[in-house]
Amino acid sequence: MKITSKLIASAVLSVFASTATAETELTVYTAVEAEDLARYAEAFNEVHPDITINWVRDSTGIITAKLLAERDNPQADVVWGLAATSLLLLKSEGMLEPYAPAGVEELDPKFVDKGDTPSWVGMDAWVAAVCYNTVEAEKEGLTPPTSWKDLTDPQYAGHLIMPNPNSSGTGFLDVSSWLQMFGEEGGWEYMDALHSNIARYTHSGSKPCKLAAAGEIPIGISFAFRGAKSKAAGAPLEIVVPSEGVGWDMEATAIVAGTDDLEAAQKLVDFSVTRGAMEMYNSGYAVVAMPGVAKPVEHFPEGLLDAMIENDFEFAANNRAAILKEWQSRYDGKSEPKN
Amino acid sequence: MTDLSADKLPAGPAIKGKLSRDDIIMRLGMVVIALYLIATLVFPLWAMLSKSFSTFQFDLGAYELQISDEQGKYSGNIVTPAQLNAELLVLGEADLIAGSDSRMGLTQFFPDFSFRSPVMYQIRNTTETGRFLVGSELKTGTDWLELDSNTFRRVQMRPVKATGLGNFVSYFSTPALFNSIKNSLLIAVISTVVTVTLAFWFAYALNRSCMRFKGFFRLVAMAPILVPSLLPGIALVYLFGNQGMIKELLFGASIYGPIGIVIGSVFFTFPHAFIIISTALAISDARLYEAAASLRSTPWRTFWTVTIPGARYGLISATFVVFNLVITDFGLPKVIGGQFNVLAVDIYKQVIGQQNFEMGAVVSVVLVIPAIFAFAIDRLVQSKQVALLSARSVPYQPKPHRSADRFFLVYCLLVALFIVGTLGICQFAALIKFWPYDLSFSLTNYDFDRMDGGGWGSYYNSIKLGLFTAVAGTCVVFFGAYLVEKSNGFKTGRALFQMFAMLPMAIPGMVLGLAYIFFFNNPANPLNFIYGTMAILVICTVTHFYTVSHLTAVTALKQMDREFESVSSSLKQPTLKLFRRVTVPVCLPAILDISIYLFVNAMTTVSAVVFLYSPKTSLASIAVLNMDDAGDIAPAAAMGMMIFYTNAAARIIHLLVSRGVLQRTQAWRAR
Repeated sequence: MKITSKLIASAVLSVFASTATAETELTVYTAVEAEDLARYAEAFNEVHPDITINWVRDSTGIITAKLLAERDNPQADVVWGLAATSLLLLKSEGMLEPYAPAGVEELDPKFVDKGDTPSWVGMDAWVAAVCYNTVEAEKEGLTPPTSWKDLTDPQYAGHLIMPNPNSSGTGFLDVSSWLQMFGEEGGWEYMDALHSNIARYTHSGSKPCKLAAAGEIPIGISFAFRGAKSKAAGAPLEIVVPSEGVGWDMEATAIVAGTDDLEAAQKLVDFSVTRGAMEMYNSGYAVVAMPGVAKPVEHFPEGLLDAMIENDFEFAANNRAAILKEWQSRYDGKSEPKN
Repeated sequence: MTDLSADKLPAGPAIKGKLSRDDIIMRLGMVVIALYLIATLVFPLWAMLSKSFSTFQFDLGAYELQISDEQGKYSGNIVTPAQLNAELLVLGEADLIAGSDSRMGLTQFFPDFSFRSPVMYQIRNTTETGRFLVGSELKTGTDWLELDSNTFRRVQMRPVKATGLGNFVSYFSTPALFNSIKNSLLIAVISTVVTVTLAFWFAYALNRSCMRFKGFFRLVAMAPILVPSLLPGIALVYLFGNQGMIKELLFGASIYGPIGIVIGSVFFTFPHAFIIISTALAISDARLYEAAASLRSTPWRTFWTVTIPGARYGLISATFVVFNLVITDFGLPKVIGGQFNVLAVDIYKQVIGQQNFEMGAVVSVVLVIPAIFAFAIDRLVQSKQVALLSARSVPYQPKPHRSADRFFLVYCLLVALFIVGTLGICQFAALIKFWPYDLSFSLTNYDFDRMDGGGWGSYYNSIKLGLFTAVAGTCVVFFGAYLVEKSNGFKTGRALFQMFAMLPMAIPGMVLGLAYIFFFNNPANPLNFIYGTMAILVICTVTHFYTVSHLTAVTALKQMDREFESVSSSLKQPTLKLFRRVTVPVCLPAILDISIYLFVNAMTTVSAVVFLYSPKTSLASIAVLNMDDAGDIAPAAAMGMMIFYTNAAARIIHLLVSRGVLQRTQAWRAR
C-alpha cells in the first residue's frame, strides 16, 4: 500500500525532475511569509545556481507539528525560517544535525544555539512591545505606561489586550519573558495583577496591535514591528518599550538529521548567515542576527535592541508545556465577571 | 427432538433469483459509493476516536540514578525515580499524565538538592528506547551519564506513549476546558429559543396573513444562508464594539461574549428555522379552522389547539436543527466570543494553537455527543411526521385582517432590517478606509494580496472548490441515492448505505476536519498523497454536506414509480440507459437544487476545511477568519461580502437555469 503511494509520488516527481536537469534539490520547510520566499530562493541561487529549493511553507505551529509528526521519517532537508523555540523542540527530539556554518562567529552569540556545535543559527528576531493608542487613551484619561509593572495599574482596567500564549507565539514569548525577568513566583503574581486589567485575550499576536491601531482598545501587547507598520499606515500609535526589558523570539535555520544531501544543506546554512542574507531578512524584520547590518526601520521604537532580555530558550522550550498548562488553569475560560 | 426433525428434512436447494448483469452493475456501484463513504467518514472518525485514547505519561521506572557523596564517591546504590517518589510522595497518579510535549525535571525527588553542591549524579535509561534530555540534548540508550549538580537540574524526563482514558481524565479535571460544555449548551439553548420564536412568527406572517411584500420578505429571510457564519460577528463588532456605531444600546455590556454569539447565531440560523417552520405552516387544513370557528373558539384557543399542534413537528425539527448548528459552529464564537470559550473553538485552540491533537480529539468526542443527540431526536420526529393533508383537505386561505396584517408587516420589516442591516454594515465597513479615524471611502480593503489569508487567490480557490464540489458531489450523491432507491434486493446493504448517508449530518464540521487530519495525514495511509490538495477539500466538503443532498435526491427519486425499472428491463434495456435517458432528466430540478446547495455551502464553510487547507488551497471563507484573526477586520468584511455576492449570483443563475430546464424537460408535468 505504501509502495503504491511512493510509486505515484516518484512518478510525479520524475516528471518535474526531468525539466530541472537533475540538479541537487533540497526540501526546505519554512514559516517565512510566502511573499518573501521567492526572493530568498533567488538570492540563494545567485550564489548556488546548482541547488534547487523546494519550499514547504505553513504557519509556525503547523510546520512544527509537521516536522514532529515526521520524526521517524523526515521529509525535510533543511529548516530555514522557523522559531527558535520550535527548533529547540526538534533538537530535543534529536532531529537536528549540529553544524557550525562558516562565519557563525560574526553573529551575535544570542542568536546561536548554545550546544558545542550549534544545532541551529538565528536569522532575525521579533520583539515584544506595547502599542498605545494616544487618541483613545486621551479620551479615557489614561497616562502612558512606561513599564510592564505600570500595566497593572487599575486605571488600565479593561483597556488592555494581549495574545493568548496557548495559541500565539508572541503571547508565549511575553509570558516566558515575564517568568524569566520577575522569577517564577513574581511572574505569576504579575500576570495575576495584569489579568484583572485585560479585556480579553486574542488568538493571534498581531491582533492586539491592530485593535489598538483601530481604537477598539487603547493598549495592545504585541510586537514592535507590527506597531511600526500600523503607525506607518497612519494609526495614532505610540510604541512603548517597557523599561524592565522585552521578550523576543527569533527565526532560525537548521539541518534536519538524516538529510540525503548534507553538503548542499550545509551550503544553504552557510548562505543563511552571510551579510547578504542578513540584509535580505532586514526588509521584513528590524532586528537581524549579525550586529551592525540592520538599517533603522521607520517608526521603530528607539532602545528596543538594548531592551531585549537575555532570553533563555532552553528554559522556554523545556517549561513550555508546564507554563501553558498553568496559564490555562489560571486565566483561560474565566468568562464569568471577574470577582 | 427438534434437531432430529430438522435432520429429516434435507435443506432444499437455496432459491435465489439470478442476478442480472444490471443487478451486478448496480450492486457494484453501490459498493463503490459505500466504500467512498467508509473511507471518507467511518475510517477518519475511527482514527480520531482512537487518537483520543492515545495518551502520554511519565514512566518513573524507566530511569536509574546513582548519587555520589560530597567527595564524588558513589556507594553503588542504584535507585529509580519511582522508588524515590514512593518514599517522598511528591507526585500523584494524575501528575504523571502528560502531553506529547511534556517534560519533567528530576530535582524534585531530592529535597536537599542544590545546584551549587559538589554532589555528582549518574543517570541512564533502563531500556534502549528510553529518552531523557540534558537541557535540550536528547539522550537515549542505557549507558551511564555522569553529571554535576548544576547540569543535573537541567535533566528532563520525556513521557512515553500509552493507551487509556488519561486524556479524558485531564479534560474533566481542567475547569478551563470542561466549562466550555456548559457555555456551549447555554448559548445553543438561548439561541435556539430566540431563533425559533422569531422564525415562527415570521413564517406565520408569510403563510397565515395577508400582508404585502411576501416575496421580498421570503428573499430576505434566505440571505444569511449565503454568507459564512462569522460575518454577523464582524458586523456586530462595527455596531457594538468599543468603537461601535450604536454601542450605547448595550448599556455597557460587552459584545465580545455570549451576547454577541447569540445575536450572530440568530442571524445565521434564521433561514434554516424559517424554511422548516414555513413548510410546516404552509400545509394546513381549513376545515379544522372552520370547525374551531363554529365551536366559537377564541383565536387564542384556536392558535394553541389547531395551529401549534399542526406545526409541532416542524417546530421540534427546527429546534434541533438550530441547536445543532449553533453548538457545532466555530466561526462566529471565534470572531465575537471573546473569553467565552465554547467547544468548537476549544478544538481549534487545542489543535492549531497548542498542537495538542490528542486533546483536540477528546473535545471532539465531547462535542459529538450533543450533536448526535440532537440529530437523533430530529430524525425520530421526522419519521413520526404523518401527512396532515388528506385528499379531502381544504387548503387554508388567510383572510385580510387590517390590524393583524399591519402588525405582521411591522414585525417582518424589523426582522428584515436586522438581516439587511447586518449585511449592509459589513459592506459599509469594507468600503471605509480606516475606521474610525478616516471615514473616507476607498477600495484599499479589497487589496487582499497585502493581507494574511491568501489574497485574491483564496477567492478563486473558493469558487473552484464550489464548482468541483457541486459537480463531483452531485454525481456521487445522486447516483448513490438512485442505487439505494431503485435497486432490487440486497436489503442489508441498502439499509447500511442509508445509515452511512445519514451519518455526516450528525458529525460537526470541526470533528470531521480533525478526523481527516488523523486519517489522511498518516504517512502509512495510501491516500496520504491527497493531503494538502484541493481534492481533500472537495472530498471533505462533499462528505460534510452529504446528508441533506442525499435526502433531496431520495425525495425526488421516490416520486418516480418503480414501474419504470420494470418496464425498461422487460424491454431489455440496461438500467444505466434508463438512468441516463429518463431518471436524470425527470429529476433535473432536484439535481440542480443539490448542486446549488453544495456550491453555496462550499463557499461559506469554515469549520471542516480550517484544518485541511494548505497555502496553495487557501479559501475565501478561511481568509475571512484569518484576516479577522490578524486584526484586519475591514478586509475580512470585504471578503465576506464577496462570498455573499458570488453566492447570490450563483443563486440567480441557478434560478434562470432551473426555469429553462423546467420548460424543456418538465413539460410533461403540465397537461
